[in-house]
Amino acid sequence: MVEQVAQMIVHGEAWTIKDLFVLPNEYVYWSIQIVMYPYMTGLVAGAFVLSSLYHVFNVEKLKAIARYALVFSFALLPVAMMPLMLHLMQPLRGIHVLMTPHFTSAISAFGIVFMAYACIVAAEIWFVYRKFIVESIHRLEQKSNRSGLEKILLPIYKVISLGAMDLSSEALESDHKAVKFLAGLGIPVACFLHGYAGFIFGSVKANALWMTPLMPVIFICSAIVSGIALCILSYYIFMEMRKWAAKRGKNWLLPDALAQGGTAIPVEQLRSIQDHEVKMTSKYLLIFMTLAITLEVLDMIFRGYTAVKSWDALRMVIYEHDFMKIFVYQYGLGNFLPFLMLLLPGLTTRRAVIASILVLFGVFMMRWNVVIGGQAFSLTFAGFMEYHLPIIPHDIETFKEGLGGALSVIVTPFIIFYFLNMIFPAFMSDDEAH
Amino acid sequence: MKRRDFLKSTAVIVAGASVSLSALEFVDPKELLAANPQLRWGFLVDTHKCVGCGFCVKACKTENDIPFEANVTRTWVERYVIKTDGEVVMDCPKGARDGFTTKLLDQGASGNRLIPENEIAQAFFVPKLCNHCSTPACVQVCPVGATYQTADGTVLVDRTWCIGCGYCIMGCPYGVRFFHPVEHVADKCTFCYHRISKGGNTACAQACPFGARQIGNLKDPNDPVAQALMNQRVGVLRDEYGTKPNVYYIGLNKEVR
Ligand code: SF4
Ligand code: SF4
Repeated sequence: MVEQVAQMIVHGEAWTIKDLFVLPNEYVYWSIQIVMYPYMTGLVAGAFVLSSLYHVFNVEKLKAIARYALVFSFALLPVAMMPLMLHLMQPLRGIHVLMTPHFTSAISAFGIVFMAYACIVAAEIWFVYRKFIVESIHRLEQKSNRSGLEKILLPIYKVISLGAMDLSSEALESDHKAVKFLAGLGIPVACFLHGYAGFIFGSVKANALWMTPLMPVIFICSAIVSGIALCILSYYIFMEMRKWAAKRGKNWLLPDALAQGGTAIPVEQLRSIQDHEVKMTSKYLLIFMTLAITLEVLDMIFRGYTAVKSWDALRMVIYEHDFMKIFVYQYGLGNFLPFLMLLLPGLTTRRAVIASILVLFGVFMMRWNVVIGGQAFSLTFAGFMEYHLPIIPHDIETFKEGLGGALSVIVTPFIIFYFLNMIFPAFMSDDEAH
Repeated sequence: MKRRDFLKSTAVIVAGASVSLSALEFVDPKELLAANPQLRWGFLVDTHKCVGCGFCVKACKTENDIPFEANVTRTWVERYVIKTDGEVVMDCPKGARDGFTTKLLDQGASGNRLIPENEIAQAFFVPKLCNHCSTPACVQVCPVGATYQTADGTVLVDRTWCIGCGYCIMGCPYGVRFFHPVEHVADKCTFCYHRISKGGNTACAQACPFGARQIGNLKDPNDPVAQALMNQRVGVLRDEYGTKPNVYYIGLNKEVR
């Protein structure tokens, strides 16, 4: 009996509270995982754009973080798909999107755009690291007593070198050109990947909050902002960890050292690289933030000014139900405060990192306010729905679409990065790669 | 043929499998249409006749295997109370599955609300269901083509192909879609396609004791529904979304959303 009743909880009911007049089938169907989805693709796109700033526009100052951003963007890539899979009611059928894409749907292109993008990033990494891969093969082959890890690495390198062992200067030069070309190509594709996540929302004509042609552009700008902020933050954290580990010889925290043997970089040098990169990157963060905030405010003003039929309900949501989330968390804590922090003179690394944390939070709140806020009012505009994030799961659904699912999505890129870093050391010193 | 079988065989076309069609027990919407090329299903609701008994909702749930206790439904009835001061109060407890048996209006988290009789200017009921739109938003947004439109105008969901992304639920401006609590795929009214395609009536129209609901062929000038559309003043819901709905209402107020 209990089982039967539990089964009768329809999807969405567990976390939706309805108020006033809401249609019987209306629930918050798109919950935390759909907040995570644009957030994660945004991070991917942003991290990639950051790395391209160096590769395409030759912003020399970003050299060290660019390589890291590229590898991290690759680690984030599979995770951009994870929230979608966790969200689907029939995850095993997810492949249908590739098998029978229905091209009038914005989601149908996901598979194709995503694959194209993945190929570009993978190819770029390959060209960036080709010299390193070949050198590693030589190095490992010469070694007579290979450790267990090295025994695994050697065949991996052999496979991914794809037999291209040529290290002549012409070959390296053409590698360089290829990197530049791919990074250049990657920027529009990354923007497309994410802009189109915005289109998925912006094109839902039934939803008064989502439907705006500005949505893709807003999404792209905030994506770049969040991607850069995450790179600053994680770069800082990894560097801290490396400094700490390098001092104490805790090699398990230095996966690349574990794999390649010994850290080449002394602690002092690590610190100066870290400071330099973090501050430089913050400048770019500031530029993109200005753009993102301008667009979002424009959208808000425009809605208030034109005040079409839906505005009454939207106003209720924006100024009353979600006031804290929109104005305090998103704009206040997530935008203006870090904006000021980055703008004030005498920027320190620590300040830049705290600002980045706030920015990440702000962008997350923006996604939240768009996805959840967009479902906060009924189609009738006469009722409201409140979303309660399931924290303690009581079945698989409340785990997937609850705190547990969201945290798994956040943690995964770091796990992937740990292993990826063994193969493609992201913190290599300058002369070792492009 | 059972409805499930029907859906299965329909799935086969959608999947594009190249099985010889004659090998399957099969109702092809195109064949049905060929037999009667002048077919476009439409629906007429006479709101004057509806008393809010909820028989239609009950009948629909039973006919279409929508669990009775689940708080989702393919069709529902809304109650509108317009006060003398112009305020409109609406409710729809459990989709009106049990009819409207109390004067208290269910306002969700805000509790129940009783409107004193002397403050009521008018009150009425409005049944709702999928509009089987001519340019359906749900079909447009489905990434895998699991939601599709048949040649005779009904919009159906292929249960074997739906990935459960919920995009169609978000895309429908009428809120008629939901996730089936047992099948875990998108679900909504089919106009009882399994019945009407064999000459039957929809379960809701059949259950309505007052004839407030009627299904008909909009292309047949002698069809009662088509005639009502011609001769009476009817309206549709939310035409501003451009989906071209095919459920028509007699006696539609501007207050109805
Ligand atoms: S009412 Fe909604 S579900 Fe029905 S056809 Fe129109 S858009 Fe699709
Ligand atoms: S839930 Fe199913 S029918 Fe609806 S859009 Fe997704 S795949 Fe299509």
